[in-house]
Amino acid sequence: MMEAEGDLLEVSMGPHHPSTHGVFRMDVALDGEKVVRLKPVFGYLHRNHEKLGEDHSYLASMPYTDRLDYICSLTNNWAYALAVEKLAGQAVPERAEYLRVITAELTRVQNHALSVGFLLQDMGASGTPLMYGFREREKILDLFEALTGSRMMCNYMRFGGCRVDATPEWLDAARKVVRDLPGFVDEYEALICTNEILMARTQGVGILRPELAVSAGVTGPMLRASGVNYDIRKVDRYGIYDRFNFKVPLGDHCDVYDRFMIRLLELRESIKILEQALKDIPGGPVMDPKAKIRNFRPKAGEAYGRIEAPKGELGFYLISDGGPNPYRYRVRPPSFVNLTILEDMCLGHNVADVVLILGSVDIVLGEVDR
Amino acid sequence: MKTVEEIKAAIEAAVPGAGVEIVSNPGPSAQHSLLIAPESAVAVATFLRDHAELALDFLSNVTGVDWPDKEIAEKVKVTRTVTKTVEGVEQSAEETVEETRKRVEPGYLEVVYHFYSMAKKHGPVVLRMRTANRTDKVQLPSMTPVWRSAEFQEREVFDLFGVEFTGHPDLRRILMWDGFKDHPMRRDYVEPDDYDYEPTAHDEVLKKAQAHQAALAGQKGAGE
Repeated sequence: MMEAEGDLLEVSMGPHHPSTHGVFRMDVALDGEKVVRLKPVFGYLHRNHEKLGEDHSYLASMPYTDRLDYICSLTNNWAYALAVEKLAGQAVPERAEYLRVITAELTRVQNHALSVGFLLQDMGASGTPLMYGFREREKILDLFEALTGSRMMCNYMRFGGCRVDATPEWLDAARKVVRDLPGFVDEYEALICTNEILMARTQGVGILRPELAVSAGVTGPMLRASGVNYDIRKVDRYGIYDRFNFKVPLGDHCDVYDRFMIRLLELRESIKILEQALKDIPGGPVMDPKAKIRNFRPKAGEAYGRIEAPKGELGFYLISDGGPNPYRYRVRPPSFVNLTILEDMCLGHNVADVVLILGSVDIVLGEVDR
Repeated sequence: MKTVEEIKAAIEAAVPGAGVEIVSNPGPSAQHSLLIAPESAVAVATFLRDHAELALDFLSNVTGVDWPDKEIAEKVKVTRTVTKTVEGVEQSAEETVEETRKRVEPGYLEVVYHFYSMAKKHGPVVLRMRTANRTDKVQLPSMTPVWRSAEFQEREVFDLFGVEFTGHPDLRRILMWDGFKDHPMRRDYVEPDDYDYEPTAHDEVLKKAQAHQAALAGQKGAGE
């Protein structure tokens, strides 16, 4: 749909466009090919997830969290479990913490593999680079299926641990997948990172200054690509992240290329964490024996719990009035907040670059619209 | 990091008449919050962001909470004078009775802000603001001029809870469509009965569908 307004051309990009990663619209005003105004429009997938959370018991919301960022169900589970554990003062056994780290880092690997693939797809590299990412993701989804029974909607974590234990065979299979992962990253980097078209299209495009990124609450790889050292795994040290040796990659050009590279570098760090966790995982129970499953009613109070999800800070804010359902259930979705500065990044660029800049934000509409 | 009491003292020293109260959190998380008066909210916010030690440069989470009117039943002891006729002579005597009185505690909408510091790597500091009531006095100052991250999140609170943020640059609905009436996250929200139900085996849905069809038939009969 197009409309002329003076010399400006208004274009409605989306909601049904492959580059929008779902049903998402951008109302763009163009001067020639230059973007002079861009307003994101969303809500097409809105189902009032938060109201559903208030109408169900604490545990009944766990499977719903899978559907927020449907690429990364296990990190959604963890964020929600963490917030409820804070609310109820619930401890988690050591083996369950290790399983949480292993599944969360596998989730990060498959998310970033997909995300870099989709960025190249948006750029016009149809198919092949994306399929390389999908090939690795497939192996990880097979692991998820073996452990949790589901490939995408895992519903794996509980308040005070994890739902099922991993068998020794599963751990061996995970070790084998992790052993092969560096080969994938090496190959991907060799094939893509110095590609002339990629560099020409992404370097110097979609610049996000660190001051604006901090003020706009941008988190995750987006923030670190702007050179701000803020990784919640390092800052909050939730779970057992203080036991692992890993680095936080930072960018310094603040552009789309840096965001692409940060994701590849984070892949390598996640592989490091996985190797350590799979080596050190202790025996023991995966659920705290004191954890209450039936008739779970946390005392009146409130809690905000957050984790470093693959897309940024995923937080849950819960208020309990002592009843079986939360009085207030709020999701702080990273991709929703990261979209705040989409217009700032796109102004002055060509309309073709908008697709790339949006791709570099790495959004999932299940989480943006809730 | 400073405790809420220290932050309260620092705010009161820097912003005269700030009207800060501590809202304590009885739960195990012990994340206590500060209730600030809307009139001085922007001054307090700017102070917290620019304070050298606190440096709350990162506004992570903005959300609304609806607290509807609460009816509270209280038992009160009342002493009253009663006139009795004892043996033909009128006498006044005092007697104490227990009465149940109901009073309505007015509701309000609350906006909760979670702050962290990226520079100092601490947090969270929780701020809250409350509207005067839930119907017409629902204005609160916007934090968007101080932290950009409030822009979309305050639009969401406006959309779903109906809090009007003064000073917000672009206050429009964000998740619901423009013509939508009402605010779906309020506790007393009732969804409109304006669509056709697809009856399923669930008793509840079936009953709702029958009531809906009967209402439609009634309307038709009256019109013809």
